[in-house]
Amino acid sequence: MQCGDFKTTYAADMTIFDTRATRIMVFLFIGLVFTVPMYSSSYFLDVSNRIGIAIIGAVGLNILTGFTGLISLGNAAFMAIGAFSTGYLGIRFGLPFYLCIPLAGLISACLGMIIGIPSLRIKGLYLAMATLAAHFIVEFVITKWESVTGGVNGLTIPTPAVGHFELDSDKSIFYLIYVVVVASVFFGRNLFRTKPGKAFIAIRDQAISAEVMGVNLLKYKLYSFGISSFFVGVAGALTAYQAKIISPETFPITVAIDYLGMIIIGGLGSILGAIFGAVFITMLPEILRLVTTALAESYPDLITIFSSLKELVFGVLVIVFLIFEPSGIAARWYSIKNYWKLYPFSH
Amino acid sequence: MDMTFLLQLLINGLVVGSIYSLVATGFVIIYKATSALNLAQGEFLMVGAYICLDLLTKYNIPFFQAFLITLAFSALLGLLIERVILRPLIGSHLISVIMVTLGLGSILKALIQMAYGTSTIPFPEIFPTKPVQIGPIPVSQGYLYALVCVSFLVALLTLFFKYSKSGVAMRATASNQQVALSMGISVKKMFALAWCISAIVSAVGGILLGTIRGGVDMSLAFMGLKVLPVVILGGLDSILGAIVGGVIIGILENLSGGYIDPVVGGGAKEIAPYIALILILMFKPYGLFGKKRIERV
Repeated sequence: MQCGDFKTTYAADMTIFDTRATRIMVFLFIGLVFTVPMYSSSYFLDVSNRIGIAIIGAVGLNILTGFTGLISLGNAAFMAIGAFSTGYLGIRFGLPFYLCIPLAGLISACLGMIIGIPSLRIKGLYLAMATLAAHFIVEFVITKWESVTGGVNGLTIPTPAVGHFELDSDKSIFYLIYVVVVASVFFGRNLFRTKPGKAFIAIRDQAISAEVMGVNLLKYKLYSFGISSFFVGVAGALTAYQAKIISPETFPITVAIDYLGMIIIGGLGSILGAIFGAVFITMLPEILRLVTTALAESYPDLITIFSSLKELVFGVLVIVFLIFEPSGIAARWYSIKNYWKLYPFSH
Repeated sequence: MDMTFLLQLLINGLVVGSIYSLVATGFVIIYKATSALNLAQGEFLMVGAYICLDLLTKYNIPFFQAFLITLAFSALLGLLIERVILRPLIGSHLISVIMVTLGLGSILKALIQMAYGTSTIPFPEIFPTKPVQIGPIPVSQGYLYALVCVSFLVALLTLFFKYSKSGVAMRATASNQQVALSMGISVKKMFALAWCISAIVSAVGGILLGTIRGGVDMSLAFMGLKVLPVVILGGLDSILGAIVGGVIIGILENLSGGYIDPVVGGGAKEIAPYIALILILMFKPYGLFGKKRIERV
């Protein structure tokens, strides 16, 4: 019986799955997720799709903000870049979705790296402001560049199709999204077993020591921006396919704040945390909607203030987590898990 | 080029810019004293404007008293927020502080929305509306009053920081917390005072904006984000910088609104300050008057 969390080799410390049982459990869970469309209602399917997209975006943002320590308020802009690139490539060149999505990711990654160039010189809150400014500039360009983005009217995204098989329902989009989710979560988890991933963490913890140890700061910061924006761009591209119509208003600054909220509530610097946060923040309005409709009879005013109620709860949750559990849900999850793993013989 | 048009733009820019300066001063005071970045500044401003509006229209209190009550309320709000939300986070990561103020902003915005709805509410006329002629151009009197009000407040703040005991203590805290502590200054009190002053200053900005625009709505909250280019231009830790930066950004905004907007079809006015922000960060990251930081290991 295990009576402590002992690691004797470096490989054991770096492994993704502690035991064969966890590996089986994770694969079973993934299998279970893929059965969701078979029995769930269209409402739940829609929510799950949005959760999937949020997971991809949150994993991407967590790579940049949680692991590399570069605060970005510009991820809504990168989502918009991904979404509009997909739309443009799909409409203008008639490219199929399996080319559009990675290309949109790449375009977003390139722009991300360009915005990342000043990050060597400016850091911390200056970087947060620069990315915020970048958000407004991207929003402006998207609104004005009508020949590519359709301006304020936006774009209607063509239905993704493989040959004659069209992914026209929420169900088929679900499979598309969750294949990408699984791929990106595994990529994210593995990234931190490689040299670049460790370099990111070193930069976050102490940039100057990292540089002394031979980490090329500019190179790895740009990598981080690139990888993160790729994910966020892909999330944007999937949003385009899921929402079918996109306009500049699809990606307001509040989206960027929501994503930051996800990684804070889920846990900074943790892939699992990004997943928890994405699920939690996406479910939050749905749960609130359930509660308000249930209470609507006795308090009819609740419906009218629903959107502000959502914002209020979001703000309160972010503050409560920051004050009482800054490491997020993921830390709670691990401590509960460890407690039961060793129960009743901890130590 | 039409001279009066240019002058009109410059005056508008000066007035709006002076309000930016005021709000930016509030921002800089918090940053200097507590090194926290307050992204909820716009919401502070909005709260001030709405409270004053309520006092004026619902309770029919004369403007001067309503103004004072609003300031008192804002001061309490600032103290409360500092005590409950910011103090537990002293010394934590930068992202926590940024995120906590964003969360605070969404709470304040939500509360205002719940109480007043999202539509624009007309603000009662406080200053006489008849425009006065300055040279060739007519200027609304509200603008002049706003300008006077801002200048008065800024002068007051300058005197406060220069001569009063608390002001000097605040500057000491800003320059070195350890030394300030050992000299018997309560750093906690100074933090609270910084939030208090900042909330008051923002509330004045909100009321002035409300009167100038003739109405208040949710877009006031975006003013908080407008402050960022101002403080970056002026230097994050310089009050003088905030004042100069505010005026420059206000004028820049109005000039691009007047000359570039007709070419690109709108939007340039809103975006110009942010383009300026990026350029300043690239070429002069510490702004006009900011203190250069040298990183030492």
